[in-house]
Amino acid sequence: MVEFLEVSIESIDQIIHSYECSQRYALAIMQDMQRTYQYVPREGMEALAQYLDCPVSALYAMATFYKALSLVPKGEHIIKCCDGTACHIRGASTLIDGVKRELGIEPGETTEDGFFSFETVNCLGSCALAPVLVVDDVYYGKVTLEKLKEIIADVRKGGAA
Amino acid sequence: MEKQILICCGTGCRANGSMKVVEALNEAAREQGADARVIADVKTTGCNGFCENGPIVKILPDNLVYYKVKPADAKEIIEKTVQSGEEIPRLMYKDDTGTRVRSQEENPFYAHQHKVALRHIGRIDPENIEDYLKEGGYEALKRAVSMTSDEIITEVEKSGLRGRGGAGFPAGRKWRTAASYEHFPKYVACNGDEGDPGAFMDRSILEGDPHCVIEGLAIAAVAVGAEEGFFYIRDEYDLAVKHIKKAIQDAEERGIIGESVMGSSHRLKLSVVRGGGAFVCGESTALMASIEGRVGEPRAKYIRSVQRGLWNQPTVLNNVETLANIPVIIQEGGDAFARIGTKNSSGTKVFALVGKVKRTGLVEVPMGTTLRHLIYDIGGGILNNRAFKAVQTGGPSGGCIPESMLDLEVDFDSLAEYGAMMGSGGMIVMDDRSCMVEVARYYTNFLCEESCGKCTPCREGLRRTLEILTDICEGRGREGDIELLERLGHAMQDASLCSLGKTAANPVLTTIQYFREEYEAHIREKRCPAGVCKELTRFAIQPEKCIGCDMCARGCPAYAISGGKKEVHTIDQTKCIACGSCREACKFDAVVTLGRNDVAERGQQA
Repeated sequence: MVEFLEVSIESIDQIIHSYECSQRYALAIMQDMQRTYQYVPREGMEALAQYLDCPVSALYAMATFYKALSLVPKGEHIIKCCDGTACHIRGASTLIDGVKRELGIEPGETTEDGFFSFETVNCLGSCALAPVLVVDDVYYGKVTLEKLKEIIADVRKGGAA
Repeated sequence: MEKQILICCGTGCRANGSMKVVEALNEAAREQGADARVIADVKTTGCNGFCENGPIVKILPDNLVYYKVKPADAKEIIEKTVQSGEEIPRLMYKDDTGTRVRSQEENPFYAHQHKVALRHIGRIDPENIEDYLKEGGYEALKRAVSMTSDEIITEVEKSGLRGRGGAGFPAGRKWRTAASYEHFPKYVACNGDEGDPGAFMDRSILEGDPHCVIEGLAIAAVAVGAEEGFFYIRDEYDLAVKHIKKAIQDAEERGIIGESVMGSSHRLKLSVVRGGGAFVCGESTALMASIEGRVGEPRAKYIRSVQRGLWNQPTVLNNVETLANIPVIIQEGGDAFARIGTKNSSGTKVFALVGKVKRTGLVEVPMGTTLRHLIYDIGGGILNNRAFKAVQTGGPSGGCIPESMLDLEVDFDSLAEYGAMMGSGGMIVMDDRSCMVEVARYYTNFLCEESCGKCTPCREGLRRTLEILTDICEGRGREGDIELLERLGHAMQDASLCSLGKTAANPVLTTIQYFREEYEAHIREKRCPAGVCKELTRFAIQPEKCIGCDMCARGCPAYAISGGKKEVHTIDQTKCIACGSCREACKFDAVVTLGRNDVAERGQQA
């Protein structure tokens, strides 16, 4: 499993300084922060603004525009339910309702214990396996409601161990 | 003697567990050890396109292909097939007549295909540059550096190659314009931001044959005089990013690109930019804004990006599939390429044939192939032999095409005449259990979320359209709604800034055009004929058809179905959430779809 770092000035600086000082790397740097911390922390954006000599608002505009970036921390495990057209036609809505029932959260939310985040995505490019569910980086194809329960139970077990 | 075992390790097959099959095969081959008469060379390849039947394992030179292989089959494959050339029938593909077929060529899914852009995929290891070189890789680039810019561009012009990303702009003309500006530095970029839901050809090419795209982009750079190039790849495509990065590094180490392109005076530096997860970034000017490290909003294109693109310099932006065709055009000549396909749309096109068809996957066919051939001969017809209703082409900005138009020959221009478009090649087949109003609502919701919000017609038009469609789907539709949707749609077509907005009304307008009666059933009769819109749908079990197999009850998430074994089952309407899983589960067609107001009339249980 991926380990997420605590937000610290040192780790932020490390990410920022692995890139040349140019606006063109702003998105890549924030994506690295997202991968490291599961979100883009305010401290990170402020440090980056200073490094690139640009207003924080420009970075904030990007962080809210791009779906890959999030301003709030996400859960330990991320369940992504594909709602691309192929999955939608093959019953993704039923699956999304199923995840809502199982976890008690809406898409975009995180469970109170911080264990699961639930997102819907617009196509993972695995349309031939529709409907598709991705937990962290593992793909599950042709998911049914029954299979969904098993998958969630497995993650819970694996996470507790 | 040596035999090759090729295992498909595209994202689809990986999801089906192909990496475990690789391990098991390696293990089984090792166990054979010194006793082996035949040495097994186990190799991972890119996506074969037939993902639903993965993991796919091919054995050469036997030309035997196995589907849905499990790790437990590995030992038998090594012992029987690899050592003795024996077939394992249960792993072979069963065609429409029930015959087990040996090779890919005999499989109806592949038999009708014509591979150009996908030519190497499934044969080479995408992470091994040697494999690509053995297939004649980078020969086209070698030839290109010995040609003049004009010679290269003339070849591409002769080929008639048009942009595969959807717009269909002639690639040669784009290159010619970029080459004509004496304004350095220039840039080349590859659009790998495959945002259309339901399309995955670019992902497959980037993952399965990364060097071929690099070669195409390098030829573009040589032709127009660019020294820096970018791959803009969707954030969701981890494997594609990994393979392209490795391929760039390997190509640099071999001196194919870098300080000198193939020993010539051209220089070329390539890098990867990961997309931020915004659909609008597939639009050229938005994509460039994103590469520059800004918010990905499109700009008005009074001046084309080929003149002022990245950092206001001349920039050539081509789609992944377009670039994958370039090496073939340089090697075999533009004329040879132009002979494939139709007069105004040359070459082949890769389609992602998905949805409710029997055989789903990536298919590459010559332009001008009919929809019927694609769906019935290659796709094998509709899943569970249900009735065909529509095929949605061209992604969220495309349209829905009804059965009456199945014999249409698909190319860039033919679909546009009917309000749809070929787009990037997504082809989503829908059966009589797909609700066209809900499909329109789905796309509008997608586009509403993805609209960048810069211009009013797109931003507000989509929101209002979504509200009206949601009302119709949830039983609040009113007379006049259809006409209002049409007026809104036309306003968006006329007044939006970029092509995302201009085409955003297509899903609504084409579904109204071809499936107006379905809209009317929702509005007037409060009934969803397909049984998809929950507020307008009730399910009931027909007693005369139910055999009491209990399959429906087992799958019911709301525990609303009761009935003992071999007894007629009933649905408790107070508990039913209308998810439709009972209808999917029933093999006897006993579950009927009723409108909101139908239940009482039929005397069903309360």
